[in-house]
Amino acid sequence: MRVTVRLFARLRDLAGAGELVRDVEGPATVQTVWKALVADMPALGEYERTMSVAVNADYARMSATVREGDEVAFLPPVSGG
Amino acid sequence: MPVPLVAVTPSALDLPGLIQEVAGARAGDGAIASFVGLVRDHNQGRRVSFLDYEAYEPLAIRALGRILDEIRDAWPDTRVGVHHRTGRIEIGEASVIIAATSPHRANAFAACRYAIERVKQIVPIWKHEHFEGGDVWLEGATADPDDESARQSAYRIACA
Repeated sequence: MRVTVRLFARLRDLAGAGELVRDVEGPATVQTVWKALVADMPALGEYERTMSVAVNADYARMSATVREGDEVAFLPPVSGG
Repeated sequence: MPVPLVAVTPSALDLPGLIQEVAGARAGDGAIASFVGLVRDHNQGRRVSFLDYEAYEPLAIRALGRILDEIRDAWPDTRVGVHHRTGRIEIGEASVIIAATSPHRANAFAACRYAIERVKQIVPIWKHEHFEGGDVWLEGATADPDDESARQSAYRIACA
């Protein structure tokens, strides 16, 4: 199944793109998508302990289920204000 | 056009407009507190040239809405608005504005302070700092709206 991956800030710079399309085997979780991403781009792996994740623009956990067409976002530590 | 209570926008921020929106519905209140966050000309020993802010906009709007919900629970007599700017912002320009109204000053100040502390904790916005000699993404808190200890920390700071 196909999902859209969104990356922000330094994660986006490391990947060279802010939006990617990924095919993963279902049933999948956010963790499945992340593992596929890091397999392609090992440099992203350093964020595993500090990032937050979101599914369809709502905060989620790595264990959250991902469905066909979902938007999965990986967010470095935030620095707004 | 009505001014929304929460906004993430590339446009220059309008504090008088936000105050009017927040306070207009609260005629008779005795206090308005406001906060304006500006782009500073130095950071960690670096001379800053400008900041470029990036946001995950739909989630940022949702997180700001959550902060207003938390404020309604903690200080029910307040009404608060928060606007955050994105894109390139020059030194001395506003990156975030907050207005809080309440019958009394204590809750207006507390709600205002709580709002900025929570913005820094859970709103998906990032500063890309451009300084003399390079650029760097700033990274602060791991955003987790369900982290109760972070929320308590913001509450304690607001009530200090």
